Amino acid sequence: MAQTKRDLLVDPMVDNNPITLQVLGICSALAVTSSLQVAFVMSLAVTVVTGFSSMFISMIRSQIPGSIRIIVQMVVIASLVIMVDQLLKAYAFEISKTLSVFVGLIITNCIVMGRAEAFAMKNPPIASFIDGVGNGLGYGLILMTVGFIRELFGSGTLFGITVLPTVTNGGWYVPNGLLLLPPSSFFVIGLLIWAIRAWKPAQVEQREYVIQAVEQH
Amino acid sequence: MENLLSIAVKAIFVENLALSFFLGMCTFIAVSKKIATAIGLGISVMIVQALTVPTNNLILTYLLKPGALAWAGFPDVDLSFLGLISYIGVIAALVQILEMVLDKYFPPLYNALGVFLPLITVNCAILGGSLFMVERDYDLAESMTYGLSSGFGWALAITAMAGVREKLKYSDIPDGLQGLGITFISAGLMALAFMSFGGIKL
Repeated sequence: MAQTKRDLLVDPMVDNNPITLQVLGICSALAVTSSLQVAFVMSLAVTVVTGFSSMFISMIRSQIPGSIRIIVQMVVIASLVIMVDQLLKAYAFEISKTLSVFVGLIITNCIVMGRAEAFAMKNPPIASFIDGVGNGLGYGLILMTVGFIRELFGSGTLFGITVLPTVTNGGWYVPNGLLLLPPSSFFVIGLLIWAIRAWKPAQVEQREYVIQAVEQH
Repeated sequence: MENLLSIAVKAIFVENLALSFFLGMCTFIAVSKKIATAIGLGISVMIVQALTVPTNNLILTYLLKPGALAWAGFPDVDLSFLGLISYIGVIAALVQILEMVLDKYFPPLYNALGVFLPLITVNCAILGGSLFMVERDYDLAESMTYGLSSGFGWALAITAMAGVREKLKYSDIPDGLQGLGITFISAGLMALAFMSFGGIKL
């Protein structure tokens, strides 16, 4: 194998990030980032599911007939998600209420399916596990960044602890209410993509049309 | 009847699956480059959504709920933990069946939608619709209305998005924002616009 294990883990974090470059798993990235704590639990859940589903699918990859592989992958992923869901309900009930349907939606999170299909079907279990964890972490990284920005500037707290005392509580910070509304995550991710691409120009997409200046006569 | 109407309006505008819950975003971003394909995908999502939500509702009521198996002589059995796996199974199976039926009886429609049908299985809007149905305790009539109208809302959103993007490609955008970045920001603006329906109470 050309890639080392370290590459497998680090590569998806910036150079090949699932959210900003592969456009996978955006749904939950937008909906659960209004506070850092929820974003943290969600990233943890996705990392666990991606890692283990890639590992299990890779273990049975030579036994899966090609025509029904999607259903087999789905069953493996769904079973793992059910376990995570039940664990959250048992030990972190409040958070599982806030996440509501989004834990269940990890099943259809394209990152999990995408890694299973693109990597785990062709590679040995340990490499697949690392690849899955790496992609989960790359997803988590974006999720936590967005959660950090939204919670810090939206309500002046981090993990529920006051960092910027708000005006209503006698402090000086006027919170930006827009950041608590769901659409703000679109803006934050859009700007984040801009920042990453300004840093790594190789990720910039080609223009479909180039605007040319009209010749002066 | 009024109740159903209110569910429909809410599902289309106020609680639009794509723009206020961000479900089905992957496909929403990936397949919204052309209006024609966006409409095709929108219609298929609507059909699948209208079929799967009521079916999952029946499964929930007669197989999974605590005490639902009373008709078979097991009043104490609670299978609700099997929910997720059965919903996704139903969705995958229904999409497959729909594909076969369309192929046999409506070939033109099949040719138009063919590429999108398998994609729909992993569209979170579909699974999300079923999960919202469970969370909100809809009965059969309500879930039929909800399925159809939430699918319509999603179709509306992706068509509008495709319209915006067709115009966008002629504009002069900074290099780093090209493509994905600007798509996100315009989706955000659309979501803000849809939020203005939020005050409507029916």
